[in-house]
Amino acid sequence: MYTETQIIKSGAPASIAGALDGTGELVINVGPQHPATHGVLHLVITLNGETIRKIEPHLGYIHRSIEKMCESLSYRQFIYVTSRMDYLSSHINNHACALTVEKGLQLEIPPRAQVIRVLMDELTRVASHELWWGAMAMDLGAFTPFFYAFRERETITDIMEETCGARLTMNYICPGGVNYDIHPNFQRRVKDFIQLFKSKIHEYDELVTGNIIFQNRMKGVGTLSREDAISFGCTGPVARGSGVSSDIRKLFPYEIYDKLNFEEITETAGDSFARYMVRIREMHQSISIIEQLIDNIPEGDFQAKTKAVLKLPKGEFYSRVETARGELGVYIVSEGGTTPYRIKFRSPGFSNLSALDHMARGSKLGDLVAMMGTLDLVIPDIDR
Amino acid sequence: MFSLEGLTNSLQQWLAANFSAGWVLVIESIIVILLAIALFAVLGLILVLMERKVAAHMQIRLGPNRVGPQGMFQTTADTLKLIMKEGLTPDGADKFLFNLAPFVVMIVAMLLLAPIAFAKNFQIWDINIGVLFVSAVSSISVIGILMAGYSSNNKYSLLGAMRSGAQIVSYELSAGLSIISIVVLTGSLQLSDIVASQQNGWWLFKGHIPALIAFVIFIIAVTAETNRAPFDMAEAESELTAGFHTEYSGMKFALFFLAEYINIFIVCAIGATLFLGGWMPLHFGNLQGFNHLMDYIPSSIWFFGKVFFLIFLIMWFRWTFPRLRIDQLLNLEWKYLLPISMLNLLVITIMAIMGWHF
Amino acid sequence: MTTENFKEYITRVLPAAIFDESGEWLNVLIDPKDWKSLAQQLRDSEFDFNYLFCLTCIDWKTHLTMVYHLSSTGHRQTIVIKANLDRANPEIETVSGIWRTAEFHEREVYELFGVKFLNHPDLRRLILTDDFEGYPLRKDFEDPVNMIKL
Repeated sequence: MYTETQIIKSGAPASIAGALDGTGELVINVGPQHPATHGVLHLVITLNGETIRKIEPHLGYIHRSIEKMCESLSYRQFIYVTSRMDYLSSHINNHACALTVEKGLQLEIPPRAQVIRVLMDELTRVASHELWWGAMAMDLGAFTPFFYAFRERETITDIMEETCGARLTMNYICPGGVNYDIHPNFQRRVKDFIQLFKSKIHEYDELVTGNIIFQNRMKGVGTLSREDAISFGCTGPVARGSGVSSDIRKLFPYEIYDKLNFEEITETAGDSFARYMVRIREMHQSISIIEQLIDNIPEGDFQAKTKAVLKLPKGEFYSRVETARGELGVYIVSEGGTTPYRIKFRSPGFSNLSALDHMARGSKLGDLVAMMGTLDLVIPDIDR
Repeated sequence: MFSLEGLTNSLQQWLAANFSAGWVLVIESIIVILLAIALFAVLGLILVLMERKVAAHMQIRLGPNRVGPQGMFQTTADTLKLIMKEGLTPDGADKFLFNLAPFVVMIVAMLLLAPIAFAKNFQIWDINIGVLFVSAVSSISVIGILMAGYSSNNKYSLLGAMRSGAQIVSYELSAGLSIISIVVLTGSLQLSDIVASQQNGWWLFKGHIPALIAFVIFIIAVTAETNRAPFDMAEAESELTAGFHTEYSGMKFALFFLAEYINIFIVCAIGATLFLGGWMPLHFGNLQGFNHLMDYIPSSIWFFGKVFFLIFLIMWFRWTFPRLRIDQLLNLEWKYLLPISMLNLLVITIMAIMGWHF
Repeated sequence: MTTENFKEYITRVLPAAIFDESGEWLNVLIDPKDWKSLAQQLRDSEFDFNYLFCLTCIDWKTHLTMVYHLSSTGHRQTIVIKANLDRANPEIETVSGIWRTAEFHEREVYELFGVKFLNHPDLRRLILTDDFEGYPLRKDFEDPVNMIKL
């Protein structure tokens, strides 16, 4: 075990001599500013040569205590703080919060709002997976895929900008529906995007998936068994890569997911390549969901009638959704007031990160980027 | 017709007419030194710009396009910026080695320019062991990298230097063996002889499939030797931030950066000389008309054309492939490339003895 | 597998448990001392609660309540286990040996609420700095410098 002071000491000028103290161990700090961590994650890695002995994550560099902040925000306001948690699926975060509030209020959501929410969710998921794909390939040393991914992702952010008014933190959902109706161009542009996506997706496989170097870097790397995945509380593509069925959209359908026709993607290998394939195949499923819905947006209200000030009854409410990274749970304890008494966000990244040490022990330093890449860590989501 | 040979000859005659023999040597040395440094600077700027442009077009973007026409002065501006920056030396670093390392790497790159034939009869030093000189001197650059990694007092640098050491030492074997296969075919270590032997066709074509295999292995090995992606283990950005030059800044960093590109130029020049006929125009056996037509293109253009083609090939790799892992990299060398190139050398030797090549 | 089954089983192994079914899921209030053995039994029982998906704490000003959301990847039913802790000296057995995800979640609760998890393998700060004072998510926590209350 290394305390903070020891770590600082080992980073001091005599550091290289420290590698020669007889244990053969070298402690390096990856992060908080490091190209592979995509944020302020700090990993203290004990190395023996190139082999990883131990990884200790040190969090908190971007901890804003969102849970405490939400305790003083009203039920309308706190939703939008959560956009800053997992900023790549901010829309889905908002969705989870709105669902919890609606569960407490027992609100009926108009069908139009439900469809719009699901459409936006899936667009967000595709955008998030696109970015993940580019960033992961970049971690492995291939720079070009990043730009290919952004070509498609940019189209989605443009669609988001037009309807929601923002590109990253959409803040589009409110308790009872969505804030405003979709833009008149929305349907046409989404269809254009689907066409673009379908004409380009084969390039992803040609450029990265089929590459022999890439496959050698991914296969058999960072294997997580089914039991471990469950024990570590992994969700999302990480769990599904290990063969654990964990898609909340299928297991506990919310909104209209039970009426949609899509598959839950699972792979059994549990290695980085399996997690990679899960995400790639999930993009196709999301596109299929969008295709099913885009021409069938029902007419009607986009928002249920709600009071100006929302008051949840005394009690506890828990709802969960499937974000791009896994299961996001929102746990609200209400005392009957206008603000939540206590909120807990069960973020997918936090649990997924806890499996990293177990996965990485004994593998090479170069494999770490493959593992971190396929865990798809978003640091504000872990720190909250 | 333009030729660099005429230029050097007239200069030589003018100097000989006006100065004593000793002074001629001194003045010529100074001119050569100035030219080498100028070539360095110009090549560095051109290659960095080329890399950025090639990368940009592979990544569906435009690349530098603000400074000067088509962004042509971007690298000049960057270099000016780097010259003006402070060159930091970290606390606890071995200051002597830390400051020496970039110059070692640079000097090695400069030494390697000596035997290269840039055009017909345009060569700094036509040494009779040219190929041996190149392989011997190029191995010194690993010392510079190890020095940089060790003296920086940074763990990333140390790991990067260790990787780089293992990598360069391993891949020199394959590069050396594929160079030797051409030496076997030519029967000479002198670069001008090797170029002359390709008068009637380049070794790549004359040597049948074994020469092709040697060429492919050579390209792979030199990509690894110059620490370029997919073998950029030493500086693996996402793993080791910047590897052995993590702690360098300002002009010292620029020297490493420049040396990398000069090294690429040199290995590609060697590759072009050995396999693609150096400055020798494209000749096909007995097609007199075609051969004469090709001769009208100046030899310097042939040489630089071939070199830049190979450089483009190496850049193409870099922007397409992911990086290998260190153990996979060493496996590739010791388990595949080395046995193949040994066997290939045997085949080429038999071919040379039996005279089966054209 | 219904709530009735769970109730029956828990009453059998832990007669002192108090049930509350007003919410979405079955809530079980237990004494912190019984938690470790109950957790192990729930994990090993036929119900196979192998998935701890949420672990948190609530500060009720008079006491702290640990909340464990348990589920199973087999039958997908959820139960919520709660344990009231003394606010002055909150202590509870760790369950990180049973569900490994608890290791991280308990470390988070440890520094944000000050709950000590007995026999935790690596109970250190995960988020806050070493010299941080106070437990930020407790209700009486005030930080005039970094104001997080509106």
